[in-house]
Amino acid sequence: MQFPILSALIFTPLVAGLVLLLVPSERRGWIHGISLAAGILTLLLALGLYASYDLARGGYQFIEKLDWLPALGISYHVGVDGMSLPLVLLAGLVIISGVLVSWKVEDRLREFYSFLMFLGASVMGVFCALDLFMLFFFFELAVFPKYLMIVVWGSPQTREYGGMKLTLYLFIGSVFALLGALAIYFGSGQGTFNMLALEQAGFSIEFQRLWFPFVFFGFAILGGIFPFHSWAPDGHVAAPTAISMLLAGVEMKVGAFAALRVGIMLLPDGAQIWAPLILVLGTINVVYGALIALIQTDFKYVIGFSSVSHMGLVLIGFAALNREGLIGAGMQMFSHGVMTALFFSVVGMVYDRTHTRDISSLGGLFYKMPWAAVGFIVGGLVSMGMPGFSGFVAEFPIFMGVWRVAPLVAVIAVLGILITTGYILLVVRRVFFGEIPIALAKSVGDVSIKDKIVIGVLSAIMIALGWFPSLMVPMIETGVNPILALLGGVK
Amino acid sequence: MSSGEFTSIMFLAILPETSLVLLAAVLLVLDLVWLDKPETRIRYLGWVTAAGLLAIILAAVLFSNPGDAQLSLWGDTIRFDQAGFVFRMIFLAGAALTALFASQYEWLSQRGEFFVMLIISTLGMNLMASASDLILLFLAIETTSLPLFVMTGFLLRNDKSVEAGIKYLLFGAMTSAVMLYGFSLLYGFTGTTHLYELAAHLKTGQVPFPLLAVALGLVLVGFSFKVSAAPFHFWAPDVYQGSPTPVAGFLSTASKAAGFVVLLRFLQVAFPDQVAAWSLVIAVSATLSMLVGNYLALAQNSVKRLLAYSSIAQAGYMLIGVAAGTQLGALGTTYYLMAYLVTNLAAFGIISLVEKSTGSDEITAFNGLSRRSPGLALAMLVAMLSLGGIPPFAGFFAKLLVFASAVEADLVWLAMVGLFNAIIGLYYYLVILKAMYLYKPVTEIPIARPAIAWRIAIVVCVAGILLLGFWFAPWFNFAQLAAGAIRMY
Repeated sequence: MQFPILSALIFTPLVAGLVLLLVPSERRGWIHGISLAAGILTLLLALGLYASYDLARGGYQFIEKLDWLPALGISYHVGVDGMSLPLVLLAGLVIISGVLVSWKVEDRLREFYSFLMFLGASVMGVFCALDLFMLFFFFELAVFPKYLMIVVWGSPQTREYGGMKLTLYLFIGSVFALLGALAIYFGSGQGTFNMLALEQAGFSIEFQRLWFPFVFFGFAILGGIFPFHSWAPDGHVAAPTAISMLLAGVEMKVGAFAALRVGIMLLPDGAQIWAPLILVLGTINVVYGALIALIQTDFKYVIGFSSVSHMGLVLIGFAALNREGLIGAGMQMFSHGVMTALFFSVVGMVYDRTHTRDISSLGGLFYKMPWAAVGFIVGGLVSMGMPGFSGFVAEFPIFMGVWRVAPLVAVIAVLGILITTGYILLVVRRVFFGEIPIALAKSVGDVSIKDKIVIGVLSAIMIALGWFPSLMVPMIETGVNPILALLGGVK
Repeated sequence: MSSGEFTSIMFLAILPETSLVLLAAVLLVLDLVWLDKPETRIRYLGWVTAAGLLAIILAAVLFSNPGDAQLSLWGDTIRFDQAGFVFRMIFLAGAALTALFASQYEWLSQRGEFFVMLIISTLGMNLMASASDLILLFLAIETTSLPLFVMTGFLLRNDKSVEAGIKYLLFGAMTSAVMLYGFSLLYGFTGTTHLYELAAHLKTGQVPFPLLAVALGLVLVGFSFKVSAAPFHFWAPDVYQGSPTPVAGFLSTASKAAGFVVLLRFLQVAFPDQVAAWSLVIAVSATLSMLVGNYLALAQNSVKRLLAYSSIAQAGYMLIGVAAGTQLGALGTTYYLMAYLVTNLAAFGIISLVEKSTGSDEITAFNGLSRRSPGLALAMLVAMLSLGGIPPFAGFFAKLLVFASAVEADLVWLAMVGLFNAIIGLYYYLVILKAMYLYKPVTEIPIARPAIAWRIAIVVCVAGILLLGFWFAPWFNFAQLAAGAIRMY
């Protein structure tokens, strides 16, 4: 039997989270050590997986299957394909980044890292799940770490509101999705939650028309789909830095990924019926999110709304339902995840040193914290879709795919990119250049070495992908092929 | 089986009940002869009770496990099957945990009768789970209820407790009378009090449906009261708040479970052909319970009251499984009851400790608990999330099962109502978490380390919540056996 690498990936953070709870809270050294070790191990496992995935063979690999509750056809069933593997890598990257940027958390550090690890286990579980029940189990596992981390360690002004709003919104989404999943389970008549079997269940058109919106939109709420997006900026802003990074960077992908895996892949005919609506809503995400980001005065809200805008690109990539669109969406999920994690980490670093997020009272920080500034600029270039950065590799295919099904939508969505350019340049100029306010001139110091590692690694990944798309695109392609087959042949 | 002839199986079938009577007698004697100080005596009596119940559980597993048997014994009044067995285990476990929690509750006036009452009530529940005759059923319900009235009003110096006892008694007596009237009508229509003969008689279709509906409606009043389902839930908040905290825990779990097993057996055995009618009635009651429970819970300041309303809402979720009228439904309700047993007992156990330390059962008493006693806060977090239906805790899978049973039975609307209520429910459970983790405590002093009995009980409860939450197979099989036995007829 081969080494159960996916289980190791899921259970490393989970076990680390449990172990942390047993450590005496005053032992900060142990707590840091365990968290760092778990984060590094998770990343190494993810990298190992990524490197050893057999591209020529494609499909689901590293499969493990154990009976969980045979009476209901529930199994612990994991495997990764070209679509989920980049997201696993993304999660690995963001978890360790989250550990590094939270080094200085003072209040109940043990619980902070423990909950962070639980959240990490939850997202890994969802990305690896091949069993619908298991997917839900891990999906819901994230509820309490998210809520508690926002209300306990979040920004004092809005944490209670933002935390509760986020939790309830996402719970509403999962309620719809759960109902749809149960309908799929009973509708298939196969008595199994195995998604590979359910893909072949051959649901009737009427069934798919009825239930597709339940699962797709239910999950897509976590992906930030308009008009259910407003939890995202509020939640991201209220959250502590590491959680903003995980929420916007990884959790939103969990939503989009589950919408793809359960919605589009199990109910492909339903996807075709509902695709126009998704296309319209996704386009609103892109343009509206960018416009709102443009007028924000709060540094963190700009990034919060930019996530809404960029997730819109993922959604329209899905809705194109063709090769280019899906490849672009897959790339965009990874690229945006890394980018927004970088953005939020920089916002956090700026806030920690200036104690304000008001754009108008910031300025000239480039000279004080050049690493943060350069990191932010790299993120900005990615988010504008500049060639040479991962954003281009992601957004270009999305527009190609959408152009093939709805040229007008593609044109409108490109406008969103123009607006993105606007708000990114504005923020860069106001926060990092110009006069530095006198109050900040003395007090602000440079970022720590751990912060620099995070900025450096995340930036390097985005640049590398911009120059060498072949590091990831072929893998996503192997993931897209089966989806196209389910949708009824190559498009 | 002809009456008048005794066989060993007859005695094995009621082994747990006879042992309970013995245990009660032993406790009474011990209470008299134990010349210790009252405070320590109640502690020891708690241990004796819990150990005795544990021994009875073991004996029952070894000697009175019915296996595949489906027997009617003792003049066709006792049904010896898996449903009775599984639910007995639930009651006995609940009573044992309650005894451990109660032995640390010094406001129980240091009187040993408390544990005797607990045992007698458990005896009644056991009989409720296996009664197959309306007369025995009624006696069992009363045997369960009378000690509970006393236990509720046990704190004689506390007006609220006494008030709760009287309220519970009055409501209970009234609904019992209504239920008894329903029983008598059923007897009048069919000429039998035996549940399974009644079913055979009703199958012939000689009793007109409207008459039957009246009788059934009257009976359901009594059962709804026992499970605290709307619109017969009014007693619950006052009674829970007033009664000694461990008693509230026992009321909300074991007593509720007893009501549910009777409800399941009665409806599925005697009225299988009228399923369309009672399914709708139960579904409406479930909807009302969830709405009333959840909405009123939102406005509560007292955690005990909040959990009382929550328990009304939880009864609503469990009723979804009953309304489905299927084996999966009965299974889901049974699983739910197991999950709820460990979850709510844990919650009330923690409340009793916090109450002791702060003298208050307000939500504010929980402020900053994670700073004062991180372990205690973590246990409460587990219990609250389990109530809210979040994995990997017991409540998640329990909810999933009842909602699944509704979808399977084409009651998608009911599943939807339930799911939306789960959202509202999550809100107020999170409010308690927020108090524990976010707000500043009144004092930084940790809560006094509870005694070993309490710690054992809470560890068992939390372990149960976790095991039921991700290691489903064994518990699912128990629930399936119980549900299968009920459906077997």
